Amino acid sequence: MIENVDLTLVNWSRGQFALTAIYHWLFVPLTLGLSFILAFMETIYVRTGDEAWKKITKFWMTLFGINFAIGVATGIILEFEFGTNWSNYSWFVGDIFGAPLAIEGILAFFLESTFVAVMFFGWNKVSKKFHLASTWLVAVGANLSALWILVANSWMENPVGMVFNPDTARNEMSSFREVLFNPVAIDKFTHTVTSGFVLASVFVIGISSWFLIRRREELLARKSILIAGIFGLVSALAVAMTGDSSARTIAKVQPVKFAAMEALYEGKSDAGLTVIGALKDSGERMGEKRVQDVKMKIEIPKLLSFMTTGKADGYVPGLKDLVNGNPERGIMSVSEMMERGTLARQVLTDYKMAKELGDAETMAVLAARFNDSDFTDNYFRYFGYSFFEHPWQVIPSVPVTFYSFRIMVGLGFFFILLFILAIYLHRRNTLEKNRWFLWIALFSIPLAYLASELGWVVTEMGRQPWIIQNLMPVNVAVSNISAGAVQTTFWLFALLFTALLIAEISIMVKQIKTGPKH
Amino acid sequence: MITHAFLQDYWWLIISLLAGLLVFLMFVQGGQSFIFSLPRSNMQRTMLVNALGRKWEFTFTTLVTFGGAFFASFPLFYATSFGGAYWVWMAILFSFIIQAVAYEYRSKPSNVFGTRVFDTFLFINGCLGPFLIGVAVATFFTGSDFTLDLFNSVTWGSGWHGLEALINPVNLLLGFAVLFLARVLGLMYLRNTIDDTELSAGIKRSLARNAFPFLVFFLAFIAFILLAEGYRADGVTGEVTMVKYHYLHNLLGNPLTLILFLAGVVLVLIALWLGAVKGSGRAIWYAGAGTVPVVMALFFMAGYGETAFYPSSADLQSSLTLAKSSSSRFTLITMMYVSFIIPFVVTYIWFAWRSINRKNITAEEMSGEDHMY
Ligand code: HDD
Ligand code: HEM
Ligand code: HEM
Repeated sequence: MIENVDLTLVNWSRGQFALTAIYHWLFVPLTLGLSFILAFMETIYVRTGDEAWKKITKFWMTLFGINFAIGVATGIILEFEFGTNWSNYSWFVGDIFGAPLAIEGILAFFLESTFVAVMFFGWNKVSKKFHLASTWLVAVGANLSALWILVANSWMENPVGMVFNPDTARNEMSSFREVLFNPVAIDKFTHTVTSGFVLASVFVIGISSWFLIRRREELLARKSILIAGIFGLVSALAVAMTGDSSARTIAKVQPVKFAAMEALYEGKSDAGLTVIGALKDSGERMGEKRVQDVKMKIEIPKLLSFMTTGKADGYVPGLKDLVNGNPERGIMSVSEMMERGTLARQVLTDYKMAKELGDAETMAVLAARFNDSDFTDNYFRYFGYSFFEHPWQVIPSVPVTFYSFRIMVGLGFFFILLFILAIYLHRRNTLEKNRWFLWIALFSIPLAYLASELGWVVTEMGRQPWIIQNLMPVNVAVSNISAGAVQTTFWLFALLFTALLIAEISIMVKQIKTGPKH
Repeated sequence: MITHAFLQDYWWLIISLLAGLLVFLMFVQGGQSFIFSLPRSNMQRTMLVNALGRKWEFTFTTLVTFGGAFFASFPLFYATSFGGAYWVWMAILFSFIIQAVAYEYRSKPSNVFGTRVFDTFLFINGCLGPFLIGVAVATFFTGSDFTLDLFNSVTWGSGWHGLEALINPVNLLLGFAVLFLARVLGLMYLRNTIDDTELSAGIKRSLARNAFPFLVFFLAFIAFILLAEGYRADGVTGEVTMVKYHYLHNLLGNPLTLILFLAGVVLVLIALWLGAVKGSGRAIWYAGAGTVPVVMALFFMAGYGETAFYPSSADLQSSLTLAKSSSSRFTLITMMYVSFIIPFVVTYIWFAWRSINRKNITAEEMSGEDHMY
């Protein structure tokens, strides 16, 4: 493994992955949610035989198609980037990580792409029922693909279901069930797909509101707002619940990320939950990292302790405890972990050398250590820490995680309100009169995208410097290519994706302005 | 008990099958490469694009699945090739990104860049995609310039990171063979799907012109690899050596490979005769049924029978064999269960295709509302 990698290379590779993932995620959540909304609408059409519903379905389906194409275009890059940019990672964990990716292709993408074709081209070619089934299968397929990629991602956040094989110097899967039912995966899947439902609902309500502002397509707009309002409300409540449970899980499996989300430096009992706050450099330093003070804060007393431990006076460790250690609370210091990890890595290197030299005796002795639970549980699990030079390197960017998290959560509650209002005004039949609501709904569309992207920023930036929690830091994972090459592809992607995005938005806006076909 | 070696062979079979299907499905790319030359009118171009546009997702998804399956079953290959031959893979990817949006956006109002640009995207993908994939696969026989260290991390010798494969004439032979094959398949598919007399006549003429270079490039490539030295990996020690006629030996030594190869070649020849001489619309079926086994046979020659399937020309011992690069037994078994779903997937794809393809594409249909692209 490379130890003295070029930091520029690592940063450009991270930047490239982030760029492409962020672009992909601009299109995916709408696919996840809108596919279900289409299925609901078409079901109503088939049940009632009312042609108005068919027209509504077809209108949203056109927008779906425009979004879908670019979602596919941006997705293929991500899959291959694991190989091109994170090749050491791909080898180290391919045994586990590759499986969900392959399953995604076999199980989900084919389902989606086959029935998307029927959905688009089949209106006059297949029976109503078959068409409806196809629309449902597209929704199921899209959400299944989310499942598998999120299982893969969750494994990086909380690696489970594997053993280390010293012969191949990599992790190998030992339980598929554990990988699939990883607690992080359950939270992540439920939270992510429901957040996609929310985004799509906001999208539908926002555009329908625009029609109402323009006093056009009023029937379509009102019907769409009702469907999206109900679907959105249910989903938004689920988003809050699953988000809460994600946070609890993080507190257990990624305490450093959790402390960064709360900007909590000193561990506390009776810790309160910061609802709003601003960070300020305290002047203090942990290594090269700034320590932030939370100013202007509005706090709900004891809630953080209660949420994470189930007890109002439960202890929540802060970044200082987690880095420097806190023996009283049974928290090991990072420098201790670094020593243990280094020892484990030495054992592995010795084993590899013995193998090269054909020294069977030494090999047998060393191999036995990998079956010894004291070694695996107390030393090898800190393997990844051997790559650090300073304990403070394990701290991610606190401001980024702290603010991103608060904005996402704040918007989550705002959307709940928005959906309640939408349903309420619809029932009172006063949507058109409350133009302020229509404008707010329209301008909520970009907010939904913002919340969604920030969710990923919390997840991914919050787990820095790890690519696989506790096992592999990003700088070890990177491919051995020149930083210049990655820089070049970064700009090529930025240029191409931006150009395509501009075309996408322009086409979308035009289709909306044109409205449904009469 | 199912051995690890059996599973490795099984997964190589699946990879080969996916590769075969991918090459066949590249009829979409081949068809795209004709977007500026074949149609005589805008209506003909619309028909061509719509005929291909109903299928492009399958080719794309097969490519994605091919990548995913390779990652899961032979991760060291994924890490070595993608991380090392960076530029070739990036070029392939770029050519597919631009394809994915082109169909949907080309004829939509306000598409910013205009139909011409999106059609050019289709053309670029149509030419570059099959060509570069052909070149990349050729390196399975000709080798690449890499070394692996103790921890299997790859160092690529050439600063060109994969582009150096383009100056090896043998790689180019397969690149062009795949490109012309895709074009031939594309023509046959269009002939089968579109009802238009003028277009059909044009297709028949083009077929003859493209079949010839395909045959020349393909046979030259085959002749070369069969007669050249191959990368033999000793079954016991794993030591890699260069052995004369190694791939010929692999072809003749494994009856299954030989049968697939010969049967495939015969079927493709029948298809060429049907398409180029008879002008028949059924040619595509024979060509498809022939392409898949020929590609599989090529992959068998590269992977089975004590062979390093991803050889290193810089350091023979760094070469990848199935055994060295595969996932663990547990993962391969898990994935084997998953692979049992494939027949089911193929069945529903077939069913869905039939349901929307019962009628051929005609000019009248394109003037109606069902025209999409
Ligand atoms: C419309 C989008 C949206 C909205 C309104 C919310 N989220 Fe969210 N959130 C996401 C979209 C999202 C996401 C994009 O789907 C993420 C990124 C990764 C993931 O698992 O989901 C995410 C991640 C994410 C994480 C980090 C998970 C991890 O690191 O693995 C937490 C703790 C929460 N969310 C919590 C919440 C809470 C308590 C919300 C209150 C209502 C909330 N989110 C609203
Ligand atoms: C970084 C990891 C990711 C990779 C490698 C990846 C890969 C891909 C690929 C290759 C495609 C195109 C598939 C096709 O041929 O149809 C795609 C599309 C898609 N992906 Fe991703 N993806 C990633 C992240 C995500 C996430 C996080 C989700 C959902 C939570 C998601 C959901 C989807 C969906 C629903 C599609 C269908 C197309 C669309 O949405 O427009 N992907 N992805
Ligand atoms: C589609 C939604 C996603 C978005 C918007 C997203 C966003 C990001 C961002 C912002 C980073 C940069 C973090 C940093 O380097 O500071 C990143 C890195 C990364 N993410 Fe994601 N991510 C997404 C999904 C995924 C999924 C599903 C996976 C895995 C299956 C994944 C794997 C990675 C990897 C390997 C890196 C690079 C290494 C690293 O910096 O940690 N991402 N992503």
